[in-house]
Amino acid sequence: MSVRHGLLALLAEQPRYGYELRGEFESRTGATWPLNVGQVYTTLARLERDGCVTATPASESGQQYYEITAAGRAEVTAWFTTPVRRESRPRDELAIKLALAVGNDDIDITAVIQAQRTDSLRALQDYTRLKQQAGPPDATADVAWLLVLDAMVFQTEAEVRWLDHCESRLVQAARQRAPRGATTAPTRTSPQATR
Amino acid sequence: MSTVDAARAQAAGAVLAIEEVVRTHGDGENAVHALRGITMTVAPGELVAVMGPSGSGKSTLLHLAGGLDQPTSGRILVEGTELGRLNRKQLAQLRRRSVGYVFQDFNLVPALTAAENVALPRELDGVSSRKARREAVAALAEVGIDDLADRFPDDMSGGQQQRVAIARALVGERRLVLADEPTGALDSVTGESVMVLLRNRCDAGAAGVLVTHDARLAAYADRVVFLRDGLMVDESVYRAPTEALTR
Repeated sequence: MSVRHGLLALLAEQPRYGYELRGEFESRTGATWPLNVGQVYTTLARLERDGCVTATPASESGQQYYEITAAGRAEVTAWFTTPVRRESRPRDELAIKLALAVGNDDIDITAVIQAQRTDSLRALQDYTRLKQQAGPPDATADVAWLLVLDAMVFQTEAEVRWLDHCESRLVQAARQRAPRGATTAPTRTSPQATR
Repeated sequence: MSTVDAARAQAAGAVLAIEEVVRTHGDGENAVHALRGITMTVAPGELVAVMGPSGSGKSTLLHLAGGLDQPTSGRILVEGTELGRLNRKQLAQLRRRSVGYVFQDFNLVPALTAAENVALPRELDGVSSRKARREAVAALAEVGIDDLADRFPDDMSGGQQQRVAIARALVGERRLVLADEPTGALDSVTGESVMVLLRNRCDAGAAGVLVTHDARLAAYADRVVFLRDGLMVDESVYRAPTEALTR
């Protein structure tokens, strides 16, 4: 997530000053990605240097408003219309961790998966409660906050599904490795028997 | 949880108590161990989700809790009554009076209106049709669709049908709702509203057990129990949200 594009998107709506940008960003995203005000001002300075925004003279109360330029508008449009590439996100530590656990006999990978699953479920429980507390989606900020929460919910759900899948794959691999008739393979009841 | 804890929870008014329950199908070499020693309680106002892959025993657990199957060993108590001590007639009565079910495919009677579907278990229980109707309309109001009381299931959307099923599950004095993938046939937004409703009914005092493989739905629960091969392997208990996420 680039701070630059976040601020540009807010400035595309209307001119704003530094503190206001930070407040607006946090109210829209529910403080999921907290910004410090220093970050906001250094980013604004870079945007000004790059010709994406212009600073207007300070108002009587000393607030300096920033206004988006045509170049800035073009950049923010390009950002909105370009899909987020998965590979541009930080390396997926969890996938790397599981991949490394597969080859390590000292690590119980099932336990690693379950610990992650429990943790992810807790996060999901938190997001779900926050969604319920958010109230009816009638204000722009509330809808925006709900969408951000939904994004976290679906991403976490995807992670849990992937963990389930990893576990099934490992069970299958263990079965194939075990000699025929061996009793060491994980025991599973047949689905038909339980329904 | 130990038997002592379970007994304590029961004394504190647990709607459902499952104690050291084992369920084995068949015997000898062909024995299938569906559940291998499960203990859990569900209190009024609590929604517990049971997650696990196919064959982990989650559906067996739900069937046992609803008195549709008997454990090989261990005890199941619904509102303090041990199911194993009841005869067939008493068990049928307890199922009608204390337990409600919500299924993936709604299971409404197509020839009956929404209100008639909800009133049915009460009428079977000997309540006068006028009183049953009144209760049914009140139960439909609680799930927000009393204006659809005289519609037939085929003339309702999936989300509306599932609301009827939840009203039916909780009509009268019933406080235990057992839900098996209740939103499986619904799109994600409708499914979510059904989950919110189930959550609200539990917040209003019902006890719920939700069986699902969908983490997004399980997240509505106060506790998420993970089953693997008939054993409870872990549990995720809801805590207050972290500060970074509160607004």
